[in-house]
Amino acid sequence: MDFDFTPEEQAFRTEIREFLAENLPPRAERGRGFMGEWLKKVRDKRWVGFSWPEEYGGGSGSLTEQTILKEEMALAGAPPLGTSSMGLAWVGPGIMQYGTDEQKRRFIPDILDSKVNWCTGYSEPNHGSDLAAIQTKAERVGDHYVVNGQKIWTTGAPWADWIILLTRTDFDVERKHDGITCLLVPMNSPGIEVRPIENMAGDRNFAEVFFTDVQVPVENRLGEEGKGWSVTISALANERSSIGEVTQMFAKLESLKNLVRSTNRQGKPAADDPAVHRRIGEFEAKIAAMKYNGLRYLTKQLRGEPLSSETSVNKLHRASLEIEMDDFAVELTGLAGVQLPGSEEAVDGGRWARSSLGWPGVVIGGGTPNIQRNIIAERILGLPKGLIPSRSGRMSYAEP
Amino acid sequence: MDFGFSEEQNLLREQVLRFMTDACPLSVVRTQNGGLAHELWQKAADLGWLALIVPEAHGGVGLKWIDLAVVLEESGRGLSPLPIVSQALAATAIGRSASDDVKREWLPKIATGEAAFGIGLYDDPTWIDPEGIRLEGVQTLTGTKPYVSDATAATHFLLATRTDGELNLIIVDAKDATLAAQPGIDRTKPFGTATLDGVAPLAAFPMSNGDLAFLTDCGAVAVTLEAIGAAEAVLELTTEYATNRIQFGNPIGRYQGVKHRLADMFVDIESFKSLAYYAAWAIDDAPDELPRAASLAKAYASDAFARIGIDGVGLHGAIGFTAEYDAQLYLKRSKWVRSAFGDADYHYQRAARLGGL
Repeated sequence: MDFDFTPEEQAFRTEIREFLAENLPPRAERGRGFMGEWLKKVRDKRWVGFSWPEEYGGGSGSLTEQTILKEEMALAGAPPLGTSSMGLAWVGPGIMQYGTDEQKRRFIPDILDSKVNWCTGYSEPNHGSDLAAIQTKAERVGDHYVVNGQKIWTTGAPWADWIILLTRTDFDVERKHDGITCLLVPMNSPGIEVRPIENMAGDRNFAEVFFTDVQVPVENRLGEEGKGWSVTISALANERSSIGEVTQMFAKLESLKNLVRSTNRQGKPAADDPAVHRRIGEFEAKIAAMKYNGLRYLTKQLRGEPLSSETSVNKLHRASLEIEMDDFAVELTGLAGVQLPGSEEAVDGGRWARSSLGWPGVVIGGGTPNIQRNIIAERILGLPKGLIPSRSGRMSYAEP
Repeated sequence: MDFGFSEEQNLLREQVLRFMTDACPLSVVRTQNGGLAHELWQKAADLGWLALIVPEAHGGVGLKWIDLAVVLEESGRGLSPLPIVSQALAATAIGRSASDDVKREWLPKIATGEAAFGIGLYDDPTWIDPEGIRLEGVQTLTGTKPYVSDATAATHFLLATRTDGELNLIIVDAKDATLAAQPGIDRTKPFGTATLDGVAPLAAFPMSNGDLAFLTDCGAVAVTLEAIGAAEAVLELTTEYATNRIQFGNPIGRYQGVKHRLADMFVDIESFKSLAYYAAWAIDDAPDELPRAASLAKAYASDAFARIGIDGVGLHGAIGFTAEYDAQLYLKRSKWVRSAFGDADYHYQRAARLGGL
């Protein structure tokens, strides 16, 4: 057991720090052209898609190096390394694993160069957590699929260039996980209509997406017909250790402590209140647990041991923590805490109140906490599965 | 970067697990009544566990707390009644604060198990502070030390005392004290009140406030390490029950009211396990970080294990409430752990202070 890094890894860390010192000005000094330059520079460093193989334009970074890169970027409060978060998180890895050579040549460079933004067409009005039951239909007609149906809660759809779309090509299947086909579709295809939905924070960044006789060339199919579910699963499994997130959360905790230091409650400093200490201690314990959980799981990966669904542990922690920390800040500062940006009375410019309205969406988006609990209970603890649909569609508990 | 156990540590883990399964299963644990189980103690000594963190120069193996962590986790899994924690704390205290002469005399006895130590630090059960130590004297002692852990199993006591505002640790032969065993919730963690009447200690040495804090942190980490194994045992027992117990035509583990609680137990155990491993590593390899690491681990575990203990019983229904069923033994341990070496309130607040509040 040791927490030291090799000289090469330390040199890599130094390289990142030097780069950031030179190329990441303070937020207030970042001009209009900053983002474009930033994206080009980190691309030149091959830090975009850092875990991807070099042959596809990635950085071939080791697991430990990826961890260091994420940690340093988060420590510096750096902007993202690309504009297409979903492209980098799972569309790209999915294409590298399942795509044809032609697809790899066509899509991967544009993701790395932030030329193309992707959105993800998974959830449907009647199928969210029960994703494998999707009904959006893709019918093979000659060298095209014809897609009809509807997606919803599609984050980024209002501005995305492409969508990775889960469709059903076969409705006559024993298992709902069969008959699903994954298609890559330009958002400007005739027959696609995007209707943004306003979320509770007032943003319009997710949407309903309607498909009416949308023609998708067969060469845009990712993986085999009817095998789209495994594409989805392995793409989601590409999520790596959450060290970058943990670093951001420690930074958020420091901001929270600063807020505590500058706040009086009942005429006395909040920083002297044992109840406040207790809450701050709880946050720190959970974030530290995420950190050391992450390092234990990283060690497993480095040793080539199979990682089960342990990453759900940190997902559950993060889901509750982000919301609890925002809510604590809001509650700590009384009615000033509920003021939004723009209010003269807002605390820290209203960032806590604003953030407290945004996090619920993120928490639901990655698979709801109850789905994560199902995953842990069934895949790690080996408990029996819950409700199982029969062929008639009626839900029942499976035979014991 | 490697946050995992070595092959040697994993072999040690298997060895302890085998010992607990073969020689010290719960059926044996249940027959213990606070005294030292001499045969088991001798085996533990023969296997080198008591000598693990004793320096080689004093007859020990010269390993670290992170190695001992494996022993504590696995003996906690089976609720071992052996006073290994007190023994380890005695080794740590003597190794850190005592003179070379005292070390030469006592560390080998700890390593062989010839001396079995009970520990009494704080007279005040709710004050983790030098002020919480009240027993006075160092050369001849008359007075009472309550809450001496593992007292009824001990051949010797290591007791904290004060003289003119200075702190000391003294070693007393158990035969020189009058011990009143006190019944507690967890019978595998026996307590006693030691009364001294003009007793001359066998050894005495000063202890700084920093040494006291260090020792207390080691204690907090030790009982948290035991709690990992114990909590995992509850989860395993309850998962098995939920898989086999049929109600409404299905295993109850199919219902989310049950399975989600079990998933949450897993999340909590994974988390305080990570915190405790780090704290155990920090004892020897990053002592500056120990206070924060120990507090985070103990705070998290105190609350989480207490919930796991009560839900382990509760999810079983009435059978879980019976004396015969093992779930209740773990609930009792969780109540003991909660109070030992500082509760969650204390440790969370301390972590916040150490974090700059």
